[in-house]
Amino acid sequence: MPKPLPFTNITTIITMDNIPAFLLNALMGGSLLALLTGPLGCLLVWRKMAFFGDALAHAALLGVALALFLQLPVTFAVMGIGAVFAIVLLALQRSDLANDTLLGILSPTALSLGIIAINLLPGVRVDLTGYLFGDILAISHADILTLAIGVAVALLILARFWTQLLAVTVARDLAVVDGYPVARLELLLLLLTAMVIAAGVQMVGVLLITALLIIPAATARAFVHTPAQMALAASGISLVAVMGGLACSYVWDIPTSPAIVAAAASLFTISRLINRS
Amino acid sequence: MTEPLLSAHNIYVSLGGRDVLQDVSLALHPGEIVSLIGPNGAGKTTLLRTLLGLQAAHRGHVSRAPSLRLGYVPQKLNIDPLLPLTVQSFLQLWPGASASHIEGCLDITGAKHLATRPLQKLSGGEYQRVLLARALLNAPNLLVLDEPAQALDVHGQASLYELIGALARSTGCGVLVVSHDLHIVMRQTTRVICLHQHICCQGHPAEVERDPAYAALFGADAKAFALYQHHHDHHHG
Repeated sequence: MPKPLPFTNITTIITMDNIPAFLLNALMGGSLLALLTGPLGCLLVWRKMAFFGDALAHAALLGVALALFLQLPVTFAVMGIGAVFAIVLLALQRSDLANDTLLGILSPTALSLGIIAINLLPGVRVDLTGYLFGDILAISHADILTLAIGVAVALLILARFWTQLLAVTVARDLAVVDGYPVARLELLLLLLTAMVIAAGVQMVGVLLITALLIIPAATARAFVHTPAQMALAASGISLVAVMGGLACSYVWDIPTSPAIVAAAASLFTISRLINRS
Repeated sequence: MTEPLLSAHNIYVSLGGRDVLQDVSLALHPGEIVSLIGPNGAGKTTLLRTLLGLQAAHRGHVSRAPSLRLGYVPQKLNIDPLLPLTVQSFLQLWPGASASHIEGCLDITGAKHLATRPLQKLSGGEYQRVLLARALLNAPNLLVLDEPAQALDVHGQASLYELIGALARSTGCGVLVVSHDLHIVMRQTTRVICLHQHICCQGHPAEVERDPAYAALFGADAKAFALYQHHHDHHHG
Protein backbone atom coordinates (compact mmCIF):
# COMPACT_ATOMS: atom_id res chain seq x y z
CA MET A 1 0.00 0.00 0.00
CA PRO A 2 1.49 3.41 -0.99
CA LYS A 3 2.16 5.87 1.77
CA PRO A 4 -0.18 8.89 1.74
CA LEU A 5 1.45 12.13 0.67
CA PRO A 6 2.52 14.12 3.72
CA PHE A 7 0.58 17.24 2.88
CA THR A 8 -2.77 15.46 2.76
CA ASN A 9 -2.23 14.71 6.43
CA ILE A 10 -1.16 18.19 7.33
CA THR A 11 -3.92 20.03 5.55
CA THR A 12 -6.53 17.96 7.30
CA ILE A 13 -4.84 18.37 10.64
CA ILE A 14 -4.39 22.16 10.63
CA THR A 15 -7.46 24.23 11.41
CA MET A 16 -7.78 27.72 12.87
CA ASP A 17 -8.06 26.12 16.33
CA ASN A 18 -4.78 24.29 16.35
CA ILE A 19 -2.71 26.27 13.83
CA PRO A 20 0.84 26.54 15.22
CA ALA A 21 1.40 29.92 16.88
CA PHE A 22 4.44 30.71 14.73
CA LEU A 23 2.43 30.11 11.57
CA LEU A 24 -0.45 32.27 12.81
CA ASN A 25 1.95 35.08 13.69
CA ALA A 26 3.60 34.80 10.30
CA LEU A 27 0.19 34.91 8.63
CA MET A 28 -0.86 38.01 10.57
CA GLY A 29 2.47 39.76 9.97
CA GLY A 30 2.44 38.91 6.27
CA SER A 31 -1.15 40.06 5.88
CA LEU A 32 -0.43 43.40 7.54
CA LEU A 33 2.57 43.88 5.26
CA ALA A 34 0.46 43.00 2.21
CA LEU A 35 -1.98 45.83 3.01
CA LEU A 36 0.85 48.28 2.55
CA THR A 37 2.83 46.68 -0.27
CA GLY A 38 -0.23 46.86 -2.57
CA PRO A 39 -0.66 50.62 -2.89
CA LEU A 40 3.03 51.46 -2.43
CA GLY A 41 4.09 48.83 -4.96
CA CYS A 42 1.67 50.35 -7.47
CA LEU A 43 3.10 53.83 -6.95
CA LEU A 44 6.65 52.48 -7.40
CA VAL A 45 5.68 50.64 -10.59
CA TRP A 46 3.85 53.64 -12.04
CA ARG A 47 6.82 55.86 -11.27
CA LYS A 48 9.24 53.34 -12.80
CA MET A 49 11.03 53.15 -9.47
CA ALA A 50 11.31 49.36 -9.08
CA PHE A 51 15.11 49.48 -9.02
CA PHE A 52 15.02 52.43 -6.71
CA GLY A 53 13.06 50.28 -4.25
CA ASP A 54 15.62 47.55 -4.69
CA ALA A 55 18.52 49.88 -3.89
CA LEU A 56 16.65 51.18 -0.88
CA ALA A 57 16.08 47.63 0.35
CA HIS A 58 19.76 46.76 -0.06
CA ALA A 59 20.71 49.84 1.93
CA ALA A 60 18.48 48.52 4.69
CA LEU A 61 21.26 46.11 5.64
CA LEU A 62 23.34 49.09 6.71
CA GLY A 63 20.44 50.02 8.95
CA VAL A 64 20.51 46.53 10.44
CA ALA A 65 24.23 46.88 11.17
CA LEU A 66 23.64 50.27 12.77
CA ALA A 67 20.82 48.89 14.89
CA LEU A 68 22.95 45.98 16.11
CA PHE A 69 25.88 48.28 16.83
CA LEU A 70 23.90 50.91 18.74
CA GLN A 71 21.38 48.40 20.11
CA LEU A 72 18.43 50.21 18.56
CA PRO A 73 15.21 48.60 17.36
CA VAL A 74 15.98 47.23 13.89
CA THR A 75 12.81 48.57 12.24
CA PHE A 76 13.47 52.19 13.19
CA ALA A 77 17.16 52.08 12.31
CA VAL A 78 16.32 50.61 8.90
CA MET A 79 13.72 53.29 8.32
CA GLY A 80 16.14 56.03 9.30
CA ILE A 81 18.93 54.74 7.06
CA GLY A 82 16.40 54.18 4.27
CA ALA A 83 15.21 57.77 4.45
CA VAL A 84 18.77 59.15 4.41
CA PHE A 85 19.78 56.84 1.54
CA ALA A 86 16.67 57.81 -0.44
CA ILE A 87 17.45 61.50 -0.14
CA VAL A 88 21.08 60.93 -1.18
CA LEU A 89 19.88 58.89 -4.16
CA LEU A 90 17.49 61.63 -5.22
CA ALA A 91 20.26 64.20 -5.03
CA LEU A 92 22.60 61.98 -7.10
CA GLN A 93 19.92 61.47 -9.74
CA ARG A 94 20.49 65.06 -10.80
CA SER A 95 24.00 64.07 -11.98
CA ASP A 96 24.87 63.10 -15.55
CA LEU A 97 24.82 59.33 -14.86
CA ALA A 98 21.94 57.37 -16.32
CA ASN A 99 19.50 56.34 -13.64
CA ASP A 100 19.92 52.59 -14.05
CA THR A 101 23.73 52.94 -14.04
CA LEU A 102 23.53 54.94 -10.83
CA LEU A 103 21.28 52.37 -9.18
CA GLY A 104 23.45 49.56 -10.54
CA ILE A 105 26.37 51.10 -8.69
CA LEU A 106 24.65 52.09 -5.47
CA SER A 107 22.51 49.03 -4.97
CA PRO A 108 25.25 46.35 -4.71
CA THR A 109 27.54 48.83 -2.93
CA ALA A 110 24.96 49.40 -0.22
CA LEU A 111 24.46 45.65 0.12
CA SER A 112 28.19 44.95 0.33
CA LEU A 113 28.81 47.70 2.85
CA GLY A 114 25.94 46.33 4.92
CA ILE A 115 27.42 42.83 4.94
CA ILE A 116 30.88 44.17 5.79
CA ALA A 117 29.48 46.33 8.59
CA ILE A 118 27.61 43.40 10.11
CA ASN A 119 30.73 41.22 9.96
CA LEU A 120 32.83 43.93 11.60
CA LEU A 121 30.50 44.20 14.59
CA PRO A 122 32.53 43.27 17.67
CA GLY A 123 31.45 40.15 19.49
CA VAL A 124 28.25 39.58 17.54
CA ARG A 125 27.55 36.49 15.52
CA VAL A 126 24.64 37.47 13.34
CA ASP A 127 22.61 35.17 11.17
CA LEU A 128 22.99 37.12 7.94
CA THR A 129 20.63 34.84 6.05
CA GLY A 130 17.81 35.99 8.29
CA TYR A 131 18.26 39.55 7.08
CA LEU A 132 18.98 38.73 3.44
CA PHE A 133 16.00 36.43 2.99
CA GLY A 134 13.92 37.28 6.02
CA ASP A 135 12.51 35.06 8.71
CA ILE A 136 8.77 35.51 8.77
CA LEU A 137 8.35 32.50 11.06
CA ALA A 138 10.38 34.23 13.80
CA ILE A 139 7.96 37.14 14.05
CA SER A 140 6.63 37.79 17.57
CA HIS A 141 3.45 39.21 19.05
CA ALA A 142 5.30 42.41 19.89
CA ASP A 143 6.50 42.69 16.28
CA ILE A 144 2.94 42.31 15.05
CA LEU A 145 1.69 45.07 17.34
CA THR A 146 4.40 47.49 16.10
CA LEU A 147 3.66 46.46 12.53
CA ALA A 148 -0.09 46.96 12.94
CA ILE A 149 0.42 50.49 14.25
CA GLY A 150 2.91 51.32 11.49
CA VAL A 151 0.68 49.94 8.75
CA ALA A 152 -2.37 51.77 10.09
CA VAL A 153 -0.50 55.08 10.16
CA ALA A 154 0.94 54.54 6.68
CA LEU A 155 -2.46 53.60 5.23
CA LEU A 156 -4.08 56.69 6.74
CA ILE A 157 -1.36 58.87 5.21
CA LEU A 158 -1.74 57.12 1.85
CA ALA A 159 -5.51 57.55 1.85
CA ARG A 160 -5.23 61.22 2.78
CA PHE A 161 -2.68 62.03 0.05
CA TRP A 162 -3.66 59.46 -2.59
CA THR A 163 -4.97 61.90 -5.22
CA GLN A 164 -1.99 64.21 -4.79
CA LEU A 165 0.53 61.36 -4.95
CA LEU A 166 -1.25 60.15 -8.07
CA ALA A 167 -1.18 63.62 -9.65
CA VAL A 168 2.58 63.88 -9.08
CA THR A 169 3.05 60.35 -10.45
CA VAL A 170 1.00 60.89 -13.61
CA ALA A 171 2.50 64.21 -14.65
CA ARG A 172 5.01 65.87 -12.37
CA ASP A 173 5.25 69.06 -14.46
CA LEU A 174 1.49 69.53 -14.49
CA ALA A 175 1.39 68.94 -10.74
CA VAL A 176 4.02 71.68 -10.25
CA VAL A 177 2.07 74.12 -12.41
CA ASP A 178 -1.16 73.17 -10.60
CA GLY A 179 0.52 74.22 -7.37
CA TYR A 180 0.80 70.83 -5.65
CA PRO A 181 3.63 70.69 -3.07
CA VAL A 182 5.52 68.28 -5.34
CA ALA A 183 8.85 68.11 -3.47
CA ARG A 184 7.09 67.40 -0.19
CA LEU A 185 4.87 64.73 -1.77
CA GLU A 186 7.88 63.00 -3.29
CA LEU A 187 9.62 63.04 0.07
CA LEU A 188 6.49 61.59 1.66
CA LEU A 189 6.48 58.77 -0.86
CA LEU A 190 10.15 58.03 -0.14
CA LEU A 191 9.51 57.92 3.58
CA LEU A 192 6.57 55.57 3.09
CA THR A 193 8.73 53.35 0.88
CA ALA A 194 11.46 53.33 3.52
CA MET A 195 8.78 52.43 6.04
CA VAL A 196 7.39 49.46 4.10
CA ILE A 197 10.91 48.21 3.46
CA ALA A 198 11.75 48.50 7.15
CA ALA A 199 8.59 46.58 7.98
CA GLY A 200 9.31 43.93 5.41
CA VAL A 201 13.03 43.37 5.97
CA GLN A 202 12.56 41.14 8.99
CA MET A 203 9.87 39.11 7.26
CA VAL A 204 10.96 38.85 3.64
CA GLY A 205 14.55 40.08 3.75
CA VAL A 206 16.42 42.83 1.94
CA LEU A 207 16.90 40.78 -1.22
CA LEU A 208 13.27 39.84 -1.71
CA ILE A 209 11.17 42.68 -0.30
CA THR A 210 10.95 44.53 -3.64
CA ALA A 211 9.44 41.42 -5.21
CA LEU A 212 6.52 41.75 -2.82
CA LEU A 213 6.14 45.39 -3.90
CA ILE A 214 6.51 44.99 -7.66
CA ILE A 215 5.07 41.58 -8.60
CA PRO A 216 1.59 41.98 -7.04
CA ALA A 217 1.26 45.46 -8.56
CA ALA A 218 2.19 44.18 -12.02
CA THR A 219 -0.20 41.25 -11.54
CA ALA A 220 -3.12 43.45 -10.48
CA ARG A 221 -3.08 45.49 -13.70
CA ALA A 222 -4.89 42.79 -15.67
CA PHE A 223 -8.00 42.96 -13.48
CA VAL A 224 -8.63 46.66 -12.85
CA HIS A 225 -9.78 49.91 -14.44
CA THR A 226 -8.75 52.62 -11.96
CA PRO A 227 -5.59 53.36 -9.95
CA ALA A 228 -7.39 52.83 -6.62
CA GLN A 229 -8.73 49.46 -7.76
CA MET A 230 -5.21 48.46 -8.76
CA ALA A 231 -3.85 49.41 -5.32
CA LEU A 232 -6.53 47.30 -3.58
CA ALA A 233 -6.12 44.39 -5.98
CA ALA A 234 -2.34 44.45 -5.48
CA SER A 235 -2.86 44.18 -1.72
CA GLY A 236 -5.21 41.25 -2.26
CA ILE A 237 -2.70 39.53 -4.52
CA SER A 238 0.08 40.16 -1.98
CA LEU A 239 -2.13 38.58 0.64
CA VAL A 240 -2.78 35.48 -1.47
CA ALA A 241 0.95 35.22 -2.22
CA VAL A 242 1.81 35.42 1.48
CA MET A 243 -0.76 32.75 2.39
CA GLY A 244 0.16 30.52 -0.52
CA GLY A 245 3.88 30.90 0.16
CA LEU A 246 3.43 30.12 3.86
CA ALA A 247 1.33 27.07 3.08
CA CYS A 248 3.81 25.72 0.51
CA SER A 249 6.69 26.43 2.85
CA TYR A 250 5.00 24.56 5.70
CA VAL A 251 3.82 21.62 3.65
CA TRP A 252 6.94 21.04 1.61
CA ASP A 253 9.42 22.38 4.15
CA ILE A 254 10.92 24.96 1.80
CA PRO A 255 12.30 28.41 2.73
CA THR A 256 9.41 30.77 3.38
CA SER A 257 10.32 34.08 1.68
CA PRO A 258 11.34 32.44 -1.61
CA ALA A 259 8.10 30.45 -1.43
CA ILE A 260 6.12 33.70 -1.06
CA VAL A 261 7.95 35.29 -3.99
CA ALA A 262 7.43 32.15 -6.09
CA ALA A 263 3.73 32.22 -5.21
CA ALA A 264 3.53 35.87 -6.30
CA ALA A 265 5.35 35.05 -9.55
CA SER A 266 2.90 32.21 -10.22
CA LEU A 267 -0.03 34.59 -9.75
CA PHE A 268 1.65 37.03 -12.14
CA THR A 269 2.06 34.31 -14.76
CA ILE A 270 -1.57 33.28 -14.39
CA SER A 271 -2.71 36.90 -14.74
CA ARG A 272 -0.75 37.25 -17.99
CA LEU A 273 -2.26 34.07 -19.36
CA ILE A 274 -5.79 35.16 -18.41
CA ASN A 275 -5.18 38.59 -19.87
CA ARG A 276 -4.04 37.16 -23.18
CA SER A 277 -6.96 34.81 -23.67
CA MET B 1 0.10 99.28 -21.59
CA THR B 2 -1.39 96.95 -19.00
CA GLU B 3 0.79 95.13 -16.54
CA PRO B 4 2.26 91.91 -17.93
CA LEU B 5 0.86 88.60 -16.63
CA LEU B 6 4.18 86.85 -16.75
CA SER B 7 7.63 88.22 -17.39
CA ALA B 8 11.23 87.09 -17.48
CA HIS B 9 13.97 89.50 -16.42
CA ASN B 10 17.46 88.84 -17.81
CA ILE B 11 17.34 85.10 -17.22
CA TYR B 12 20.33 82.79 -17.75
CA VAL B 13 20.01 79.02 -17.73
CA SER B 14 22.76 76.49 -18.36
CA LEU B 15 22.16 72.76 -18.54
CA GLY B 16 24.95 70.20 -18.45
CA GLY B 17 27.59 72.91 -18.85
CA ARG B 18 25.90 74.40 -21.91
CA ASP B 19 24.44 77.89 -21.85
CA VAL B 20 20.88 77.34 -23.02
CA LEU B 21 19.45 80.76 -22.28
CA GLN B 22 21.46 83.97 -22.11
CA ASP B 23 20.02 87.23 -20.91
CA VAL B 24 16.47 86.57 -22.01
CA SER B 25 13.84 89.12 -21.06
CA LEU B 26 10.25 89.08 -22.19
CA ALA B 27 6.84 90.11 -20.99
CA LEU B 28 3.51 88.53 -21.80
CA HIS B 29 0.51 90.84 -21.61
CA PRO B 30 -3.16 89.85 -21.29
CA GLY B 31 -4.68 88.70 -24.55
CA GLU B 32 -1.41 88.56 -26.51
CA ILE B 33 -0.86 85.62 -28.83
CA VAL B 34 2.85 84.97 -28.94
CA SER B 35 4.58 82.37 -31.11
CA LEU B 36 8.03 81.30 -30.00
CA ILE B 37 10.22 79.98 -32.82
CA GLY B 38 13.85 78.96 -33.11
CA PRO B 39 16.06 76.17 -34.44
CA ASN B 40 16.48 72.86 -32.59
CA GLY B 41 18.35 73.36 -29.33
CA ALA B 42 17.55 77.07 -29.28
CA GLY B 43 16.20 76.78 -25.74
CA LYS B 44 12.49 77.16 -26.54
CA THR B 45 11.32 74.43 -24.17
CA THR B 46 13.79 75.57 -21.50
CA LEU B 47 12.43 79.11 -21.72
CA LEU B 48 8.89 77.79 -21.34
CA ARG B 49 9.88 75.62 -18.37
CA THR B 50 11.64 78.55 -16.73
CA LEU B 51 8.59 80.78 -17.19
CA LEU B 52 6.40 78.05 -15.67
CA GLY B 53 8.68 77.56 -12.66
CA LEU B 54 9.70 74.05 -13.76
CA GLN B 55 13.31 75.07 -14.33
CA ALA B 56 15.31 77.36 -12.09
CA ALA B 57 17.10 80.31 -13.66
CA HIS B 58 20.75 80.59 -12.67
CA ARG B 59 20.56 84.34 -12.97
CA GLY B 60 17.66 86.70 -13.41
CA HIS B 61 14.11 86.04 -12.30
CA VAL B 62 10.58 85.40 -13.46
CA SER B 63 7.70 87.42 -12.10
CA ARG B 64 4.00 86.63 -12.16
CA ALA B 65 1.08 88.99 -11.82
CA PRO B 66 -1.22 88.04 -8.93
CA SER B 67 -4.03 87.70 -11.47
CA LEU B 68 -2.14 85.10 -13.53
CA ARG B 69 -4.05 81.88 -14.12
CA LEU B 70 -1.93 79.42 -16.05
CA GLY B 71 -3.05 76.65 -18.35
CA TYR B 72 -0.14 74.46 -19.43
CA VAL B 73 -0.20 72.01 -22.31
CA PRO B 74 3.00 69.93 -22.21
CA GLN B 75 4.50 68.25 -25.25
CA LYS B 76 3.77 64.68 -24.27
CA LEU B 77 3.16 62.86 -21.02
CA ASN B 78 5.14 59.76 -20.27
CA ILE B 79 2.59 57.63 -18.45
CA ASP B 80 3.45 54.07 -17.51
CA PRO B 81 1.32 51.54 -19.43
CA LEU B 82 0.60 49.76 -16.13
CA LEU B 83 -1.24 52.82 -14.80
CA PRO B 84 -4.96 52.36 -15.52
CA LEU B 85 -6.10 55.92 -16.18
CA THR B 86 -9.08 57.12 -18.17
CA VAL B 87 -9.31 60.63 -19.59
CA GLN B 88 -11.88 61.48 -16.94
CA SER B 89 -9.80 60.26 -14.01
CA PHE B 90 -6.78 62.07 -15.47
CA LEU B 91 -8.71 65.35 -15.41
CA GLN B 92 -9.95 64.58 -11.89
CA LEU B 93 -6.36 64.89 -10.68
CA TRP B 94 -6.65 68.64 -11.11
CA PRO B 95 -7.25 70.01 -7.59
CA GLY B 96 -10.96 70.46 -6.95
CA ALA B 97 -12.28 69.50 -10.39
CA SER B 98 -15.99 68.71 -10.40
CA ALA B 99 -17.50 66.21 -12.82
CA SER B 100 -19.57 68.85 -14.60
CA HIS B 101 -16.60 71.21 -14.95
CA ILE B 102 -14.54 68.39 -16.46
CA GLU B 103 -17.31 67.49 -18.88
CA GLY B 104 -17.68 71.13 -19.90
CA CYS B 105 -13.97 71.54 -20.65
CA LEU B 106 -13.82 68.28 -22.60
CA ASP B 107 -16.83 69.50 -24.57
CA ILE B 108 -15.11 72.78 -25.49
CA THR B 109 -12.11 70.97 -27.00
CA GLY B 110 -14.29 68.38 -28.73
CA ALA B 111 -13.05 65.53 -26.54
CA LYS B 112 -16.20 64.73 -24.57
CA HIS B 113 -16.60 61.36 -26.29
CA LEU B 114 -13.12 60.36 -25.04
CA ALA B 115 -13.99 60.66 -21.32
CA THR B 116 -13.96 56.95 -20.53
CA ARG B 117 -11.08 56.01 -22.85
CA PRO B 118 -7.71 54.97 -21.39
CA LEU B 119 -5.24 57.82 -21.72
CA GLN B 120 -2.50 55.63 -23.20
CA LYS B 121 -4.71 54.54 -26.10
CA LEU B 122 -5.40 58.01 -27.52
CA SER B 123 -4.14 59.21 -30.89
CA GLY B 124 -1.90 62.27 -31.11
CA GLY B 125 -4.75 64.62 -31.93
CA GLU B 126 -7.05 63.21 -29.24
CA TYR B 127 -4.25 63.49 -26.70
CA GLN B 128 -3.72 67.18 -27.46
CA ARG B 129 -7.44 67.91 -27.10
CA VAL B 130 -7.47 66.16 -23.73
CA LEU B 131 -4.38 68.06 -22.55
CA LEU B 132 -5.98 71.29 -23.75
CA ALA B 133 -9.19 70.47 -21.87
CA ARG B 134 -7.13 69.85 -18.73
CA ALA B 135 -5.43 73.22 -19.14
CA LEU B 136 -8.87 74.87 -19.41
CA LEU B 137 -9.94 73.52 -16.00
CA ASN B 138 -8.04 76.39 -14.38
CA ALA B 139 -9.98 78.99 -16.43
CA PRO B 140 -6.62 80.32 -17.61
CA ASN B 141 -5.86 83.85 -18.74
CA LEU B 142 -2.59 82.57 -20.20
CA LEU B 143 -2.33 79.32 -22.12
CA VAL B 144 1.19 77.96 -22.53
CA LEU B 145 1.64 75.27 -25.17
CA ASP B 146 4.83 73.40 -26.02
CA GLU B 147 4.81 72.33 -29.66
CA PRO B 148 1.18 71.20 -29.47
CA ALA B 149 1.00 70.19 -33.13
CA GLN B 150 4.21 68.18 -33.28
CA ALA B 151 2.63 64.74 -33.53
CA LEU B 152 -0.18 65.77 -35.87
CA ASP B 153 -0.67 65.69 -39.62
CA VAL B 154 -1.19 68.94 -41.50
CA HIS B 155 -4.96 68.84 -41.24
CA GLY B 156 -4.80 68.00 -37.54
CA GLN B 157 -2.34 70.84 -36.97
CA ALA B 158 -4.60 73.35 -38.71
CA SER B 159 -7.69 72.34 -36.75
CA LEU B 160 -5.82 72.31 -33.42
CA TYR B 161 -4.47 75.82 -34.03
CA GLU B 162 -7.94 76.91 -35.12
CA LEU B 163 -9.31 75.56 -31.83
CA ILE B 164 -6.66 77.39 -29.80
CA GLY B 165 -7.37 80.58 -31.75
CA ALA B 166 -11.12 80.23 -31.14
CA LEU B 167 -10.51 79.68 -27.42
CA ALA B 168 -8.33 82.76 -27.23
CA ARG B 169 -10.99 84.79 -29.04
CA SER B 170 -13.90 83.62 -26.91
CA THR B 171 -12.19 83.85 -23.52
CA GLY B 172 -9.75 86.69 -24.18
CA CYS B 173 -6.99 84.50 -22.80
CA GLY B 174 -3.41 85.08 -23.89
CA VAL B 175 -1.39 82.36 -25.62
CA LEU B 176 2.29 81.50 -25.61
CA VAL B 177 2.93 78.74 -28.10
CA VAL B 178 6.18 77.10 -29.10
CA SER B 179 5.96 76.43 -32.80
CA HIS B 180 7.76 73.36 -34.07
CA ASP B 181 7.86 74.78 -37.56
CA LEU B 182 9.87 77.91 -38.33
CA HIS B 183 7.56 79.19 -41.00
CA ILE B 184 4.13 78.33 -39.74
CA VAL B 185 2.67 80.30 -36.88
CA MET B 186 -0.86 80.69 -35.61
CA ARG B 187 -2.96 82.94 -37.78
CA GLN B 188 -3.92 85.12 -34.79
CA THR B 189 -0.30 85.61 -33.75
CA THR B 190 0.28 89.15 -32.51
CA ARG B 191 3.98 88.67 -31.85
CA VAL B 192 6.68 86.29 -33.02
CA ILE B 193 9.75 85.78 -30.85
CA CYS B 194 12.86 84.29 -32.48
CA LEU B 195 14.97 82.53 -29.91
CA HIS B 196 18.48 81.22 -30.27
CA GLN B 197 19.89 81.12 -26.73
CA HIS B 198 18.96 84.81 -26.66
CA ILE B 199 16.08 86.67 -28.29
CA CYS B 200 17.26 87.51 -31.81
CA CYS B 201 14.27 89.51 -32.84
CA GLN B 202 10.60 89.89 -32.05
CA GLY B 203 7.54 91.66 -33.32
CA HIS B 204 4.53 91.24 -35.55
CA PRO B 205 5.01 88.37 -38.03
CA ALA B 206 5.18 90.86 -40.90
CA GLU B 207 7.99 92.78 -39.20
CA VAL B 208 9.97 89.74 -38.12
CA GLU B 209 10.08 88.20 -41.58
CA ARG B 210 11.79 91.36 -42.83
CA ASP B 211 14.17 91.52 -39.89
CA PRO B 212 17.84 90.91 -40.83
CA ALA B 213 18.31 88.96 -37.56
CA TYR B 214 15.61 86.52 -38.65
CA ALA B 215 17.33 86.07 -42.02
CA ALA B 216 20.70 85.66 -40.30
CA LEU B 217 19.35 83.05 -37.90
CA PHE B 218 17.66 80.83 -40.41
CA GLY B 219 19.68 81.59 -43.54
CA ALA B 220 18.08 80.17 -46.66
CA ASP B 221 15.23 78.83 -44.53
CA ALA B 222 14.10 82.32 -43.61
CA LYS B 223 11.00 82.60 -45.74
CA ALA B 224 7.85 84.56 -45.14
CA PHE B 225 5.56 83.09 -42.50
CA ALA B 226 2.72 80.91 -43.54
CA LEU B 227 -0.31 81.08 -41.31
CA TYR B 228 -2.50 78.21 -40.25
CA GLN B 229 -5.81 78.60 -42.03
CA HIS B 230 -8.88 76.62 -41.33
CA HIS B 231 -10.33 75.13 -44.46
CA HIS B 232 -14.06 74.98 -44.30
CA ASP B 233 -14.31 71.87 -46.37
CA HIS B 234 -16.40 70.07 -43.82
CA HIS B 235 -19.49 70.85 -41.82
CA HIS B 236 -19.48 71.41 -38.08
CA GLY B 237 -22.40 69.68 -36.41
